[in-house]
Amino acid sequence: MTEKNIKNKTENKAPNKSNGLDSKEIKEEEQVILTPWKLVLRKFKKNKVAVAGMIIFIIMVFLALFAPILTPYDPYTMDFSQVNQPPSKAHLMGTDELGRDYLTRILYGGRVSMQVGLFAVIIEIIIGALVGGLAGYYGGWVDNLLMRIVEIFMAFPFLPIAITISAVIGPEVAPEKRMYIMMFIIGLLSWGGLARMIRGQILSLREQEFIQAAKALGIRDSRIIWKHLIPNTLGYIIVSATLGMAGAIMSEAGLSFLGLGVTPPVPTWGNLVQNARDIYVLKNRVWLWLPPGVAIFFAVMSINLFGDGLRDAIDPKSK
Amino acid sequence: MGNLLEVQDLRTYFYTDDGVVKAVDGVNFSVEAGKTIGIVGESGCGKSITAMSILRLIPDPPGKIVSGKIMFNGEDLTKVSDEKIRHIRGNDISMIFQEPMTSLNPVFTVGFQIMEALMLHQNLDESEARKKAIEMLKLVGIPRAEKIVDEYPHQLSGGMRQRVMIAMAVSCQPKLLIADEPTTALDVTIQAQILELMNDLKNKLNTSIMLITHDLGVVAEMSDHVVVMYSGKIVEDAPVDELFKNPRHPYTIGLMNSIPSLIEEGKRLESISGSVPNPLYLPKGCYFHPRCKFATDECRKGQPSLREIAPGHKVSCFRAEEVTK
Amino acid sequence: MSEVILEAKNLKKYFPIYKGAFRKRVGDVKAVDGVSLYIKEGETLGLVGESGCGKSTTGRTILRLLDATEGTVTYKGQDVLNASKDEMKKLRREMQIVFQDPYSSLNPRMTVSEIVGEALVEHGIYKKGKELDDYIVDVITKCGLAKYHINRYPHEFSGGQRQRIGIARALALNPSFIVADEPVSALDVSIQSQVINLLTDLQHERKLSYLFISHDLGVVKYISHRIGVMYLGTLVELADKKSLFDNPKHPYTQALLSAIPVPDPTKKINRIILQGDIPSPANPPSGCKFHTRCMYAKDICKEQVPEFRDLGGEHFVACHFAK
Repeated sequence: MTEKNIKNKTENKAPNKSNGLDSKEIKEEEQVILTPWKLVLRKFKKNKVAVAGMIIFIIMVFLALFAPILTPYDPYTMDFSQVNQPPSKAHLMGTDELGRDYLTRILYGGRVSMQVGLFAVIIEIIIGALVGGLAGYYGGWVDNLLMRIVEIFMAFPFLPIAITISAVIGPEVAPEKRMYIMMFIIGLLSWGGLARMIRGQILSLREQEFIQAAKALGIRDSRIIWKHLIPNTLGYIIVSATLGMAGAIMSEAGLSFLGLGVTPPVPTWGNLVQNARDIYVLKNRVWLWLPPGVAIFFAVMSINLFGDGLRDAIDPKSK
Repeated sequence: MGNLLEVQDLRTYFYTDDGVVKAVDGVNFSVEAGKTIGIVGESGCGKSITAMSILRLIPDPPGKIVSGKIMFNGEDLTKVSDEKIRHIRGNDISMIFQEPMTSLNPVFTVGFQIMEALMLHQNLDESEARKKAIEMLKLVGIPRAEKIVDEYPHQLSGGMRQRVMIAMAVSCQPKLLIADEPTTALDVTIQAQILELMNDLKNKLNTSIMLITHDLGVVAEMSDHVVVMYSGKIVEDAPVDELFKNPRHPYTIGLMNSIPSLIEEGKRLESISGSVPNPLYLPKGCYFHPRCKFATDECRKGQPSLREIAPGHKVSCFRAEEVTK
Repeated sequence: MSEVILEAKNLKKYFPIYKGAFRKRVGDVKAVDGVSLYIKEGETLGLVGESGCGKSTTGRTILRLLDATEGTVTYKGQDVLNASKDEMKKLRREMQIVFQDPYSSLNPRMTVSEIVGEALVEHGIYKKGKELDDYIVDVITKCGLAKYHINRYPHEFSGGQRQRIGIARALALNPSFIVADEPVSALDVSIQSQVINLLTDLQHERKLSYLFISHDLGVVKYISHRIGVMYLGTLVELADKKSLFDNPKHPYTQALLSAIPVPDPTKKINRIILQGDIPSPANPPSGCKFHTRCMYAKDICKEQVPEFRDLGGEHFVACHFAK
């Protein structure tokens, strides 16, 4: 109880210099208006760790985005005169067993990994928000039906299903198209949690008195949904999108590492780490597996830190 | 009679990202043995923080007792060891909170929760403690105490839970009982039961009570002495009859004039304009001056100190002599 | 006196209790169980009772924010509970509500002008533009806010100011009847009186009728003309303020009134302390619902539900022995 009180105190005072209707009116009038998003930004900025996470993540996105400019090599061009070179000036991270520049492979691999992460999350959110929103808003049998479906989806063991689907469709798909399959597998299997969360959110919002007030004012249902319900869930959706992306990148890396995700020659961080499966490489060619591993680590870590910070800024109660 | 507890110049500050919140800022008061002191004020005035400072329950960080003495039984509670204060909590001084649901642990039976303190502080064995627990439950007026002792908090109603809390608090026969808004979460008829119970126990066990509340009605009924707080400072300190008959601080007067049941029919409520200042941006001079209709330039510049204007009646206002109801 | 503008007859609201995997209906929480009342023009009817007695549910059922299980509500001769969608929308302009919680009652992502103006646009009273803005400023200044507040968000205001925004929102449609659901319970004493004064000023200015719901008898006594006392979903007594406070007839009202702590240490009251707790509204006692805690209870109270009858002078009581 104590802690909560104190936290409230810290929260309230930030924007609220206002002193009611007293003599300080002129001062108060000049105050800058703080929109809810500005408030989030302010709180977020105070969280140094989260800001660091965001910066690392942005750098990684830039590296992946501008890979073609940053490296003179092509990720697929083989050069058999330069096989298995350790890091050097020409090849900063060495080359692999087919003589491809490894830094280039990692940068391009990042592109694929992050794309898979991003689109998987988009799919997750579209389905999750729709199902959760409908269940929460309509309640009754709609809610019952949708939530049972969610439970079924959540009861699927992720890895076996993903492996099975991938194994069944896999061979028929060209390696460069396999990343799209991955997006769908990950997206379609992981929306359940989000749907549940959004349903809960809508349910608790519906009980809030401002929704009751809108009804009492005679506001249309569609407007209540668009103007009152959705804007108030947006924060949560953004947060779960961020955190979900980290999860999706991990899932992709895991599947690709097992050889069931995106397969070579298309590079992803996951299948690059695969090199570590060879005991000789593990011992003697550290540059082949450590950098992609570190890339995954930094990507996931920075996204998680960023997402946690965002969550604390948007909803300080949900710690 | 001697003073059981003496709080001298207590300052408890909270160090937050946005600055220092002086939640309790130089508070002096004392509690006589066997008496009830009421601490009144609105939310954020520092009344609960004062109580928690006494038991050293302030979360540190961000909170800290910056200075002051809390003399209890000849010892300064701000200085004693952690082990010693743990022994004092629940044994010599105990506390009841506003929310009877969250202050009881839901996974233990109420009997166990009462027995725990008894076994710890009074060195009773289990069967003795159980007997004592049942006895305490009976004392606080719980019917079928032998059965209730084995029930879990969620099986009881709000009023019953508050009774259990009180049974727990008085089980070790503390010398001081701190009650932080003990009836705020309860309905009027249940509140009446609990207040009666507390008065009854005070007489039976000769416990001093420190009653923290925002409700002037409860204070009038329960207390012997009243302290009014505003923005971390004491603004008025007087025996209960004197305070209600002859309030001298404009804030106390304002509070009394805003209670509907004290106002004659048809008369307009006299409200205090504005709202409580933000603890981070306290006004210069007297903290109350922006809301005070008696404020002069003196009030805007200097901070008044608590001074005795009649025997036992202390006010912190420059113009206390001129201010009347 | 003036004419009746709103009347509720035998209003009931039951919330079903479901249990088990198949959500079988195992019973009902009888939140409102046969309430009849009327409110006259320009009058405040106070509704008091302890938590869970159904006073808030009564208010919301009257406004049709909850669907009534049984009973009728008539507003200026019009049937509220069976009104069509279009009729209901028109009625919404006449009947408004002010909520208890100044935090959850305002959408945190809307500015003051959006909150107050939303309904005006929805009902086609104003189009977005200068005229609307002028009107909004007009309403909020009446409620004690300032012009520069209109583009701010709720989190920038204190509890008392937020409550003013809530009142401005209800007032914008120019209603003649307002349900005030514990509007001052969440506020500090000094702020509470500011809001009460605002509500009474507005009533005089606009001839508003209030259904003022509160657990605080002091506040209700101050603001109301007539007061109804609820216990476990039913009205046990309803009378004008003076006769209720001077001459309470129902044993529950008597206990309730005596339980209020008086902020005057020189006055000692003879307190009637009720035994036990309020029974669960899912399983209320038979006969008179109060008989389990009533010191005058006789056999008849366990068996027969007492009639809510007029003792004369519009003093209604539901007790077998009240005279």
